[in-house]
Amino acid sequence: MFAFAVRRLLVSIPVFLLSTFFVFILVAYGADPLGQLRAKNPPPSQAVLNAMANTLYLNRGLVPRYWHWLTQLILHGNWGPSINSGTDIGQLLGSSLTLTMRLVILAMIVAVFFAILAGVVSAVRQYSKVDYTITLIGFLFLSLPVFWFAILLKQLAINFNNSTGTYFLQTYGANTPGETGWSAFSDAIGHIILPTIVLAMTSYASWSRFQRASMLDVLGSDYMRLARAKGLSRRRVMIRHGLRTALIPLTTQVALDVAAILGGAVLTENVFGWQGMGTMLISGIEAQDTNVILAWLVVSAIIVILFNLIADLLYAVLDPRIRLG
Amino acid sequence: MAETTTPNRAAEREFTVKARTQSQLIVRRFFQHRLAVVSLVVLIAVVLLAFVGGALWKYSYSDITPDNSVPPSSDHPFGTDNLGYDEFARVLRGTQLSIEIAFSVAIMATVVGTVWGAVAGYYRHVADSLMMRVVDLILTIPILAAGALLTKKVQHTGWWALALVIAALSWPAVSRIVRGQALSLREKEYVEAARALGARDGRIIFRHLLPNIAGQIIVVVTILVASAILIESSLSYLGFGVQNPDVSLGSLISGSDTALQGGRWWLFYFPGIFIILICLSVNFIGDGLRDAFDPTQQRVRA
Amino acid sequence: MTSDSALTTPARTDSGPGDAGFDETGFDEAVLAVEDLTVDFPTPDGVVQAVRGVSYRLRSGEVLGIVGESGSGKSVTSLAVMGLLPRTARVSGSVRFRGRELIGLSDNQMNAVRGKKIAMIFQDPMTSLNPVYKIGYQLAEAVLAHNDVSREAARKRAVELLELVGIPFPEKRIDQYPHEFSGGMRQRVVIAIAMANDPDVIIADEPTTALDVTVQAQVLEALRAAQLETHAAMVLITHDLGVVAGQADRVLVMYAGKPVEIGPVDSIYYGPQMPYTLGLLGSLPRLDVRSQERLTPIQGAPPSLLNLPPGCPFTPRCPLARPICQTVEPELLQVAPEHRAACHFSAELRGHPDPAELFATTTADTQLPAEFGAAASTDAVPGPGEVHTVGGAIDTGEEELP
Repeated sequence: MFAFAVRRLLVSIPVFLLSTFFVFILVAYGADPLGQLRAKNPPPSQAVLNAMANTLYLNRGLVPRYWHWLTQLILHGNWGPSINSGTDIGQLLGSSLTLTMRLVILAMIVAVFFAILAGVVSAVRQYSKVDYTITLIGFLFLSLPVFWFAILLKQLAINFNNSTGTYFLQTYGANTPGETGWSAFSDAIGHIILPTIVLAMTSYASWSRFQRASMLDVLGSDYMRLARAKGLSRRRVMIRHGLRTALIPLTTQVALDVAAILGGAVLTENVFGWQGMGTMLISGIEAQDTNVILAWLVVSAIIVILFNLIADLLYAVLDPRIRLG
Repeated sequence: MAETTTPNRAAEREFTVKARTQSQLIVRRFFQHRLAVVSLVVLIAVVLLAFVGGALWKYSYSDITPDNSVPPSSDHPFGTDNLGYDEFARVLRGTQLSIEIAFSVAIMATVVGTVWGAVAGYYRHVADSLMMRVVDLILTIPILAAGALLTKKVQHTGWWALALVIAALSWPAVSRIVRGQALSLREKEYVEAARALGARDGRIIFRHLLPNIAGQIIVVVTILVASAILIESSLSYLGFGVQNPDVSLGSLISGSDTALQGGRWWLFYFPGIFIILICLSVNFIGDGLRDAFDPTQQRVRA
Repeated sequence: MTSDSALTTPARTDSGPGDAGFDETGFDEAVLAVEDLTVDFPTPDGVVQAVRGVSYRLRSGEVLGIVGESGSGKSVTSLAVMGLLPRTARVSGSVRFRGRELIGLSDNQMNAVRGKKIAMIFQDPMTSLNPVYKIGYQLAEAVLAHNDVSREAARKRAVELLELVGIPFPEKRIDQYPHEFSGGMRQRVVIAIAMANDPDVIIADEPTTALDVTVQAQVLEALRAAQLETHAAMVLITHDLGVVAGQADRVLVMYAGKPVEIGPVDSIYYGPQMPYTLGLLGSLPRLDVRSQERLTPIQGAPPSLLNLPPGCPFTPRCPLARPICQTVEPELLQVAPEHRAACHFSAELRGHPDPAELFATTTADTQLPAEFGAAASTDAVPGPGEVHTVGGAIDTGEEELP
């Protein structure tokens, strides 16, 4: 098991390097960091443009540029200069990432929990009213645009707050500045509830469908029938043999969907005004701030690779057939 | 085995249920899925409304009417915005664009993803590893992030450039599914037989592998259509997709961000409901197709 | 070694206890009494009548073979006895275990019966064991389900059980996962699970079908050992007539969801009174008859159990079919001591006609034999009939639920 983990970790390193190169090419061709400068009125002198290009290493070939950026990042932890001289990308990243990961992890936990619950109930009661209701809700959630649902929920919360005179549910930002201690904690909770619901919604919908299918698969299996033939109760068989086995494929699915959740977080943060990774990305793209976009994409690649690593290890823990392979 | 060499009339007499062809069965099973059939009707209605209705409607999406911010009425079924644009005309225009983009994405991504996945799964070994690493790489990037970056660059080129970007980011998911299928199908006897008969690889892939994955591919197309609509509207909402003066359902909602708070609910609900309507019906059609193509999921009613 | 050889050995002489007619004896003696059991499955196309009135009695210590083609209702009957059919199934009739009615018991009440009184062995050992649990856990689970003992005691019992079914190094194997076992070994584990609580009845549903011919005999041996060890009566479901001949005391032949013939093994094998049974026997390769003749297949396929027409369901394939067969389904009637058959024309089979002759006349391919004979002689390949009946199997398809 330990050897498996180490081997798997070592495999992740070239994957990471490759993906940084890929992301670098994407940003090098996709963004034009001098555009804003050029569009200024009156146009800046060529010397200013050259100086900026020089700062950003734009006047080198692609590979040396990549090499410089990568070594700076890995050896010095330096994300490179922003086009706004006042912005320290590492610092910006630090604060944004904490906020966003808090939201992402919480939303994933909520989504996984409800997806397993709904998927199992739906499969066990296949073609019943409960199953149809859960399925219908799942499809509805899958079809809701995240940003639209977020705006709707925000408005509902505002109406709710106004009509009841309570202000627990917050609709803007990640916290109210100046709070301390217990009130800061409850304030943070009040801020995170709505974004969590929004972000969890889509993942919940697709995972509950997935969990239902894999549970149905297991329910029809011979070993479930044999377990019942031993005289074990339906409940015990469902949990010990059914759920335990049906959870395995979900781990992979959750890891595969991490990228999509990070995308969903961009929209959620945008609507609820969180100063997290989402805001960082959007303002980065709007300003064509190459190194900010790069930093965002690299961090998201790390998160995705990390989750895939965790899923692989979890899979090995859950399924003995993989462990030895 | 022996039965196949002795086709006989005696056996035929016994079948009390009329034998049906594969396609008849699929169509029949699809039409048993009530929600899928209703969804098909709804989708066709929405498409007709957008393309035919949009052309016939008295206002164009670019007409500025003298009515500013009026709620829905017989003259403006979906009301107007603060500049006097007729929301109904704009929602129909947005629906047109969204549907055009979504279907283009679905077609492009399916073709590329299917061929890519089938080739990787068929050849296995080095080709497979290399091709799937490319897929993995693209999949590590959130579509929305890469989409925002790339559409920002091409946003003034036209809707097809937007479709191209979304398709370029969507095909890897398709190729993963197709590869998995191809890997298991290539071991089947009829593929072995074709290979033993000296069939060329291209022929095996296109005549033996792909037709047998057709069911799954069609289901994937529906998923792609739904996700493309959501991605396109999300990008447009963030301001990276469809740009003024043209409109999409996403950009309409983006413009109405504060409208809901200001009480002009019609600017928020109508485009949103159209997105949901399209996605929901496409998803249900996909579900119906999945049931129809997968006989193992036959439903037994109590 | 292979199951065919069982047929060639002299007939078994110990044909079970009791010589009286099988239903004349009171059912006190019967461990398991199935009475007029029917199972229907509603489907979108209509109701599938998977089992249409099965009755049999199983005496203690006896082995009853149930034979039939795929879809004849053999497995569904046993699942109904175990109460393990899907909820959509409609079951009626009576199943009594030592006089106690099982149909209509709650699921919890059935849990006390399953595994403890009646145990079941399934067809495919590759999928019967949960891949994520160790063998020892799955065995101990069966022990702990019915006995209030410690985990260590259950584990000790598990080792003991593995030893009984002939698994080498049980102490070591117990901590392995199913994927580390071969098919034959896995089926032994399943047999060990079945005997864990000394059941009174073991239902073995095609226990050797999914296995290699070479390990079939070993698994049958393990099964036999399990039966002797627990003194259980056994229902052995199979489509392999060779297995039945070697193992069973009595045979029940099923066709289209109904028993068509039941009786002692010898009586059935040497004097079948129903054309279907005769046809089955005719499709068996025999080593005692040295001939160049091809085996005789039964033409056609079993009928769909959806909207079954009136009359005898075997009519379309039957060489003896007359107009009455199309309208009246024959009852199971006594034809010999302890031997009943359902055929309007049983009497015509009394003279033990040669199945090859009888079935050849009805085959729609009367012109085919010549063709194949020629092919066989030039290419020196076996005739098609032999392919059909390897190991005496009727077919290797799985029993499918609708």
